[in-house]
Amino acid sequence: MASEPLVPVSSPHGHAAHHPDLAHQFDSMDQQKESSTLGMWVFLVTEIMFFGVLFLAYTLYRTQYPEAFLLASNSLNVLMGGINTAVLIGSSLTMVLAIWAAQVNWRKGIVIFLLATMGLGTTFLVIKGFEYRDKFVEHHVPGPTFHFEAEHTSPHIQALIAKDPQLERHASIYFSLYFIMTGIHALHMIIGIGILGVLCVLSWKGRYNAEYHNPLEMTGLYWHFVDIVWIFLFPLLYLLGAHLR
Amino acid sequence: MAEHVTSRKIYFLVFGALMVLTLATWLVAQVDLGWANDVVALGIAVTKASLVLLFFMHVRHSTRMTVLTALSGFFWLAILFGLTIADYASRGQILPFVAGE
Repeated sequence: MASEPLVPVSSPHGHAAHHPDLAHQFDSMDQQKESSTLGMWVFLVTEIMFFGVLFLAYTLYRTQYPEAFLLASNSLNVLMGGINTAVLIGSSLTMVLAIWAAQVNWRKGIVIFLLATMGLGTTFLVIKGFEYRDKFVEHHVPGPTFHFEAEHTSPHIQALIAKDPQLERHASIYFSLYFIMTGIHALHMIIGIGILGVLCVLSWKGRYNAEYHNPLEMTGLYWHFVDIVWIFLFPLLYLLGAHLR
Repeated sequence: MAEHVTSRKIYFLVFGALMVLTLATWLVAQVDLGWANDVVALGIAVTKASLVLLFFMHVRHSTRMTVLTALSGFFWLAILFGLTIADYASRGQILPFVAGE
């Protein structure tokens, strides 16, 4: 008579049956989720440092050339920047709602909210594209054809222009930072939209439910992080010289 | 530790607060407050970021380990800013010849 197997053969894995979405190395679904969350946060910490150096470069150059930064900032389109802020905050709302839909086992809801998030993300990029187009037309893109002149609309502005004899050169530093910071932010959004597209297909196939939706949560963390970067970029890049208008 | 399901009402309230704060940051920027413009703008941005972190990123219901990891990011950021700015701010004061004076 054969003895009882040491490991119960109640599942094809050859060991005790567990949740189909639980990877072997974890004891429980909670532990698995905690592990994903922690790993994602370690990645986000590297992202904080990655964007951090850009904000630091901005701080240093702005302290050295405050007039150029003030006047160059005024050439941006605050309305478009403001609309984009609202669009991005809206996309963060639809992102958490997608996770909520998973938590209440509403499969279609997950897909709807993920599509909405992708749509708002794309809207942001299209508006950003129009802003970039304007900057190219105005020759505000650093390089051989760069040209910047502040409009003499008030005595205050005139005084600022007089303070910096190398205004154009220093303004090009502002625009370099503007393009690098918003460009890398936009790159993050493009990557995010790609990941959301994959999640959309998997959600439609019923891959995520109340018990398991870690990829949705982790992508959410990434998406909200990118939102936070913009929350700082908007006032620091767009609103510097708003009181001079 | 079962997963915490936040009600939709809280998400909509946070969204509303973020929109109001965006409007506030735009309104304050129209007034010339000198250096205080930056303090107010950054204050509002930090408030908005905290709302996103706590509610949208569920840090409110995260384990201590996760919260600690998240905070470590801002700790390193503070070192990056602190040491670099200390350097720039003190150049020429401690060793005048370094700045070529």
